[in-house]
Amino acid sequence: MSPKNDFAFFLGCLIPNRLPEIEKASRLVCERLGIGLQDMEGASCCPAPGVMKSFDKSLWVKLAGRNLDIASSMEMDIITLCNGCYGTLKDASMELKNNEELFQKVKDAMALIGRDFDRVADVHHIVEYLYFDYGLENIKKHISNSLDYKIAAHYGCHLLKPIKYRRSDNFENPKFFDELIEITGSKSIDYAEKRSCCGAGGGLRSGIKDVSLDIARKKVSTIHGADFIVTPCPFCHMQLEQVSNIPVLYYTQLLAMAMGFSDEDLGIEVRV
Amino acid sequence: MKCGSCTASCPSGRVVAFRTRKLVEDRALGEIDLSDISIWYCTTCFNCMERCPRGIDITEEILKIREEAYRQDMVLEPHRAVLMYIFKTGHAVPIKDEIKAKRTSLGLDEVPPTTHRFSAALDEVRKLMEAENIEPQE
Repeated sequence: MSPKNDFAFFLGCLIPNRLPEIEKASRLVCERLGIGLQDMEGASCCPAPGVMKSFDKSLWVKLAGRNLDIASSMEMDIITLCNGCYGTLKDASMELKNNEELFQKVKDAMALIGRDFDRVADVHHIVEYLYFDYGLENIKKHISNSLDYKIAAHYGCHLLKPIKYRRSDNFENPKFFDELIEITGSKSIDYAEKRSCCGAGGGLRSGIKDVSLDIARKKVSTIHGADFIVTPCPFCHMQLEQVSNIPVLYYTQLLAMAMGFSDEDLGIEVRV
Repeated sequence: MKCGSCTASCPSGRVVAFRTRKLVEDRALGEIDLSDISIWYCTTCFNCMERCPRGIDITEEILKIREEAYRQDMVLEPHRAVLMYIFKTGHAVPIKDEIKAKRTSLGLDEVPPTTHRFSAALDEVRKLMEAENIEPQE
């Protein structure tokens, strides 16, 4: 268990290597909220659930186990910003906790690379942590610049499912991300395909891009009158950004704006 | 296994002729064609699995089908490339020079504290991959 509000910060691939503005906003917001983000030195790809879990589940859980072990050796839980990384690390963590045989197999693999693997770290998505643990009322204390945007919220699939390993028990009509958006003063608007997949996951975006983007277009075409699309995932973010005329923000970017951080602080140009 | 909740729940099934129910049924009958591209249409959204009234772990079954395809070397080239990136850099999406510059301008470390910065960490990742006989070639 992590010391209060102090976490092993799992970056993944897309945020540090493609969308570092999201890393910047998240570091600023967490510092303001008193949430410590400690570097996980030598962490790798989670590994990517779409490809690695499709190819070789045994290797998927070992590479995930190595990342979990980095946090364990820091005596901390993991916090991550990406639905994909969350999907891999949370699901692997739960499977390792629930399956002694699998745990022993991964422990043996870790021994080959000189790792102990004595404890399986817990894993949090930043959005779940903010809502279910940190709390809306505590975040509200830091809102100084109430926003008046109309927001199309996109949850993404792996924040909500599989539900047996998620905090929210409602994947058909969840509300927690909308509530997190609305504490910034913005309005989360409804749209027909709000709960639909962005189409990027499962290796579809990398493997069969035209089909993947068709799914995203179908979703985005039902959004009307939004100033921004707001996501909790860099992969959904990148996907929706590619097909949408509506600008896309990551949740901590929106929250940072409501905390009074400027475009310059965040390294983004916000256009409405 | 006939209700079709899975097919009706599938985001890919709405834009291409991908029929989840047929795939589940073919799997149960042992009649899967591993060379059929449709096994790669699943986005792993989990809708079919969460809604299945029979409680079939459909998404997990599709991943098992894909694992069989991988073992028979029937995979899509872009997926093979992702595996190669992980072997070479530790990241499915490695950093680029322009992103290093952007990180610096944002006040972040130029290179993130991952396998990109620690070569011994990358060696660990490669050892785990080699132990599973995964040594992707360019």
